[in-house]
Amino acid sequence: MENSETGNNNEKADKADKALLVLGCPQVPIQTTAVLYIAGRLKKAGIGTVIAGTPAARLLIKYGDIDGHYIDEIKDLDTVIDQVAEKKESYPTCFVFIHNDAGVSYAATMHSLLDGVVYPVIFGSDAEKMSDMIDFECEKITAVAAHNPKPLISAINRVLKWDA
Amino acid sequence: MGCLDKLPYEIILRQTSFAECREYLKKNFKELYTVAPGYKIFDVHIIGVPPISLAIEGNTIIFPFTKPCHGTFLVSVEDEEEATRIRKENFKK
Repeated sequence: MENSETGNNNEKADKADKALLVLGCPQVPIQTTAVLYIAGRLKKAGIGTVIAGTPAARLLIKYGDIDGHYIDEIKDLDTVIDQVAEKKESYPTCFVFIHNDAGVSYAATMHSLLDGVVYPVIFGSDAEKMSDMIDFECEKITAVAAHNPKPLISAINRVLKWDA
Repeated sequence: MGCLDKLPYEIILRQTSFAECREYLKKNFKELYTVAPGYKIFDVHIIGVPPISLAIEGNTIIFPFTKPCHGTFLVSVEDEEEATRIRKENFKK
């Protein structure tokens, strides 16, 4: 499922019907569940899913969705940043998963680089503090949760209104 | 974001925040520049919350570098050519 597109600098793929899910360090257990849940909702709505993550985050997704039911492509985070920054890739919808300061930086960067809608998905024990640090215009998905995914799933359901 | 390991860098602040990097630069350096997220320095696209500050002292560039698992580092790299390019491309604060 690792994607052969990664690193192809000449290809400007059509991402009109795809959403990008940006994953940081999978230190907080509910991240992978939230990613697969949102990806499942996107797929049911007919939207393709592209993961950009760290090596460990990618492997958690890869083996959690071994037959590719929820995720269409899995890419290296640094490579996707390069491609988006150089305008070789673009996504109309982007979810950035945040549990630390670095996640806030990635969300602000994607908001600055992409023309589409960026949804910060904020969780972990510092979720409220991280949420307060995000000052760009967006609809935040926030829950103080680390092990039990239910509060974050409820927050996702409040924001995502697709038929699925 | 490219790999910082390829550069002869020194770490000034370790596992800090973007806000602390901004404050440190403001307090300790005179020649400051503001760049947008995604601005390329060497082979690195800068990650951060705008306005992203960086400094130049002589031929040394001081800039924030964010890693997903370890937070933001403030690093310095000496390179005359890159310092000249950044000075030409950006307005001094």
